[in-house]
Amino acid sequence: MIRFENVSKTYEGQSKAALLNVNVEIEKGEFVFLVGTSGSGKSTFLRLVLREHRTSKGHIMVAGKDLNRLASWRIPQMRRQIGTVFQDFRLLPNKTVAENVAFALQVIGKPRSHIRKTVPEVLELVGLDGKEDRLPDELSGGEQQRVAIARAFVNRPMILIADEPTGNLDPGTSVGIMKLLDRINRTGTTVVMATHDVSIVDQMRKRVIELENGHVVRDESRGVYGYQH
Amino acid sequence: MRLNYILSDLGIGLKRNLSMTIAVVVTIWVSLSLFGSALLAREQVELMKGNWYDKIQISVFLCTKDSGGRGCSGAEVTQEQKNRIRQVIESNPDTAPDGVFGESKKEAFEQFKKLYKDSPIVSTVTEDQMQESFRVKLKDPQRYQNLVSAVAGLPGVDTVQDLRQYLDPLFKALNGLQVGALVAAALLLVAALMQISNTIRLAAYARRREIGIMRLVGASNFYIQLPFLLEAVLAALIGAVLACGTLWVGVYFVVMQRAQETFRVWQWVGATETFRATLIMVVVGLVLAVVPTFLTTRKYLKV
Repeated sequence: MIRFENVSKTYEGQSKAALLNVNVEIEKGEFVFLVGTSGSGKSTFLRLVLREHRTSKGHIMVAGKDLNRLASWRIPQMRRQIGTVFQDFRLLPNKTVAENVAFALQVIGKPRSHIRKTVPEVLELVGLDGKEDRLPDELSGGEQQRVAIARAFVNRPMILIADEPTGNLDPGTSVGIMKLLDRINRTGTTVVMATHDVSIVDQMRKRVIELENGHVVRDESRGVYGYQH
Repeated sequence: MRLNYILSDLGIGLKRNLSMTIAVVVTIWVSLSLFGSALLAREQVELMKGNWYDKIQISVFLCTKDSGGRGCSGAEVTQEQKNRIRQVIESNPDTAPDGVFGESKKEAFEQFKKLYKDSPIVSTVTEDQMQESFRVKLKDPQRYQNLVSAVAGLPGVDTVQDLRQYLDPLFKALNGLQVGALVAAALLLVAALMQISNTIRLAAYARRREIGIMRLVGASNFYIQLPFLLEAVLAALIGAVLACGTLWVGVYFVVMQRAQETFRVWQWVGATETFRATLIMVVVGLVLAVVPTFLTTRKYLKV
């Protein structure tokens, strides 16, 4: 589903590479933790998958397509197959829960009837039924992140990318979010999650890819957060 | 593409940037009005040149009973005098070959009736009161002095009118107006361009959250650009329509109501020319709105 072939990325104006010679293959339906200290290259890894940046060297294949060869006008199409969740939720504060989720479908031109049917379904899936008309301000952090996950998942993407989704949440709430991501993963969606949260990684026992200074230093199926802890 | 979302976006965008949008509209309005006036001034010059200037450069008016010119003796010009005058003109080296046209009283009256067709004056004038004339075309319109002095004072010649003498200052004034209007219009249009790109920058900043999410979930670039484009197009259209209205009002009051009444001898720009000018203005207005919008949105909404 996602394949990195000898990928290096150096940002403009920087001498040090953010990623160096990374080779990773993530299969369809896998759940992968991306761990490493701040600045190890996790965010660069995710941005490259989203094609927010181009690689400096090497190729990235997402769903069978070489991102370097993707014409820029096809990038939006590609992104529709990837859902994204961030630490800071990124909800629109003046839209209700349902409107925030519907927004993702409206802007890619889905018909209204489809939106009316899909949005309640996905809100129920993430456990927010009954809160459709609340504004983000009126929700707890965990609930806001559920809205963000609903928005990322409402178009049934093949891949879900989560950049520290539990970074702003307390441990109890985080467990709920992880259960939700696990449930989404069980529907066949590939999940790639960058995290600092040791206990979550240790509990879930999923594949762990550790980055350090832009290198992959560890890649274990059913791994734990790491030996340094 | 769901039109209602886009339209609601457009409404929100316009409200948010109302003062900037008004500034853009006013700038486009004024600049396009000036631009349109310049176009009309140009049409006017072309009309005058086409109708008169290139065909006839000198008119030699012949004596009637009432004329008091130097060559007149209180009587009508005689056939003999006419032949003599024609001969002098035709033999002059500056006269174009076959460049002499005699205008009879009848023809002069027809022309008069045509020019003053809506005026009560027509009924008070008779064919007999018209003046016969020779219309002369020159080889080189610049060299008229020689012929004028050769003909002036001949028996039977009332006055010699050199059209250049009258038209040149007018053309100079019209050309000056045209250049001035064009320069002012160009400056204002540059200002409009910068205003538009500033407005878009502000709007893109105000909507950065939405835009960020749109990009993330894979909205097409066109979809993201569209509200900005519509905003710019709407502002440009309003400005262009106001400018067209201004031009029509100007043509109606200045040309149709006054100039045409006062200077009937010339053909003046009318509805056809104004319509043509307004079409050009609308197109220019739209291009000026769409092009910078595309460029600016591409810059600020980069994928």
